[in-house]
Amino acid sequence: MSNSEDKIKREPLLRVAKKAEISVSKTMGLTLLALALAIVAGGIFLLVIGQNPFKVYGTIVHGAWRSKLAIQGTIKIAIPLLIASLGITLAFQMKFWNIGAEGQIIMGGIFASYFALFFDQLPHTILLLIMFLAGMVGGGLWGLIPAYFKTKFGTNETLFTLMLNYIALYTIKFLTEGPWHDPESSGFPKIASFTPNARLDKIFGVHAGWLIGLILVLVVYIYIRFTKHGYEISVVGESVNTARYAGMNVKKIMMRTMFLSGAICGIAGMTQVSGAAYTLGEGVAGGVGFTAITVAWLSKLNPVVILIVTVLFSMLEKGCSVMQSAFGLSAATSGILQGIILFFVLAFDFFTRYRFILRKGRKA
Amino acid sequence: MFKKLLSMIVVATMVLSLAACGTKKEATTETTATETTATDAVATEAPAAEQTTKGIPMEDFKVGVIHIGDPADGAGYTFAHDQGIVAMQAALGLSDDQVIRKNNVNDTDAVAIRTAIEECIEEGADIIFGTSWGYMDTMEQLAAEYPDVVFSHASGYKSNGTNFNNYFGRIYQARYLAGIAAGMKTQSDMIGFVAAMGIDNSEVTGGINAFAMGVESVNPDAKVYVKVTNTWFDPTLEGQAAEALLDLGCDVIAQHADTTAPQMAAQNRGVWGCGYNSDMTKDAPSAHLTAPIWNWGVYYTMAAKAVLEGTWTGENYYGGMAEGLVDISPLSANCAEGTQEAIDAAKQKIIGGFKIFEGDLYDNQGNQVCKAGEFISDADITGAMNWYYKTVEVK
Repeated sequence: MSNSEDKIKREPLLRVAKKAEISVSKTMGLTLLALALAIVAGGIFLLVIGQNPFKVYGTIVHGAWRSKLAIQGTIKIAIPLLIASLGITLAFQMKFWNIGAEGQIIMGGIFASYFALFFDQLPHTILLLIMFLAGMVGGGLWGLIPAYFKTKFGTNETLFTLMLNYIALYTIKFLTEGPWHDPESSGFPKIASFTPNARLDKIFGVHAGWLIGLILVLVVYIYIRFTKHGYEISVVGESVNTARYAGMNVKKIMMRTMFLSGAICGIAGMTQVSGAAYTLGEGVAGGVGFTAITVAWLSKLNPVVILIVTVLFSMLEKGCSVMQSAFGLSAATSGILQGIILFFVLAFDFFTRYRFILRKGRKA
Repeated sequence: MFKKLLSMIVVATMVLSLAACGTKKEATTETTATETTATDAVATEAPAAEQTTKGIPMEDFKVGVIHIGDPADGAGYTFAHDQGIVAMQAALGLSDDQVIRKNNVNDTDAVAIRTAIEECIEEGADIIFGTSWGYMDTMEQLAAEYPDVVFSHASGYKSNGTNFNNYFGRIYQARYLAGIAAGMKTQSDMIGFVAAMGIDNSEVTGGINAFAMGVESVNPDAKVYVKVTNTWFDPTLEGQAAEALLDLGCDVIAQHADTTAPQMAAQNRGVWGCGYNSDMTKDAPSAHLTAPIWNWGVYYTMAAKAVLEGTWTGENYYGGMAEGLVDISPLSANCAEGTQEAIDAAKQKIIGGFKIFEGDLYDNQGNQVCKAGEFISDADITGAMNWYYKTVEVK
């Protein structure tokens, strides 16, 4: 009797439990409902600040697609997000919580920039190939370090990868003010712009990063679904002990996968510096590494879904930017609106995976 | 099953409608593109001079502005520039949707800069003003990519002679006047100066020198102590730099920094200061003396009008007090007696041709930087003023 009372006392009022898998159509329905609610909630916010929600939403959608330039702009936003999300997916498949995409993008950018700045006399194709590989190595090393420490000393990868982001960011700051400082900039801290030889070529008006991204969607999809490596990743992700029991070298798999995860993020860094910025600056990753976590998670780590979600995210960002100047709204306003929409979608995502259980009342 | 089919159809129609929308837009932009190439071909056959005089119909004219901060700040650099845009809009009679503002564009993020400028082009901007130094390289690249759009960049040193120029002004003239107000007010003969950038930066260093010369002209005993923040916009760092100077014993705080933080710090200590960019008397009413200010509207109106009327030449612009581009804000009641008279006299001298950087001048290392009867060239003022005046000391 007293035993069961204790039990009731110890049980929290609200408890979170995993739901049984629900069907695809139900998930889709819930997501659409979430979007609808998000739009209503965002609309109320817009009404409160004295805007016409229909006009604002119209501008957001129209702004992302209204002209060739606008579409190109949306695609440019999508490229690094797509590539970084694919990179993160590899690590997340393995339940290795790589929060360090931001740093891996930056490192990829730094490594690629080294060749762009100091070897720009090389033939164009060779130079860009080297930059591509350098970007992969840079990002890959930045992913390998936390994996090594995790397998060797059991360090927490979430904290470790997060901290590495700041080291990477401050490395750019150091390079900007120190060894790579542009001597012609008369005292302003900046790195010189790349010569045209070190710039990524454009295909249909947008730098070739979009093609690299699309190819990577295919490559990552095949890698996860149809290769031995991909199978190993998912086994390690399900249970390290099972993997060990099956005779897999868990340490090797972990380090290899994190290198690849970082390397793909590094490619995002390379395409940003050589295709979009034409220089290396502190804004090279610009938070993409964190947004990519949301994208990968919302897409349930499916590369094809990632492509779709990335396009939607980029539309929202591009459209909000157009909305800002069209209605004279501050950046904070569009930040709040994006936040509301994301909040609803993520909350619903939570409810499709988990449910709450209320503590049952005491029975006499 | 039926439900699944239905949702798939809905998705498919959505995708299709988007695609249709996209292709339609693309088709129309393509036709306009061929049209412009056709007119371009005609234009290249005609003499080059005719090309620059074609002008733009008033209702199609649009102006883009890239701001590093937000005009809503109500004071400081971005606010001052935006007041100039507002003045230009009023002078030319443009409607609100003919002015495209992109605010809070980080000037160390080349991708963000490019995105912001391309969005202005997308909206049909004919001239785009970039107000921060860091926009320079991206504007240079875009000027080559979009020869039909005029790019005008503040405070840089690059230009291409056609659709990419730079504009700036002789703000050092106004700093000289602010120096007079500071020199007459100080009691400790120690004046602090919060500087955004170090000695390598000609714009900041020249401003400090002119300020120190203004101080010296009325108070030969006073010294100017400089603290560098290495950032154009950082309220915390700027406030801390001012605190450090106040701790030294400075009783007037001048600044080449974007925010009101140094003036607030001076006010908290019950001493005085000279702001920058806009009249900061309203922000620190019991401390502020006067601030060197910009009337950017003078340039923005002139440049936008030139593009509108087709008289744009692509020349660089370097205006001063005589043109009305720079001035100081009205003196506050905090100023010492006789300040107005001293400043009015100096102002007349400057408008009358006094160059400030002229005559027998020495830096703080004891080197002669200008000989008697000579003056320092504009090129050196904008690009090579890498020495501090003899009464300046860096802390």
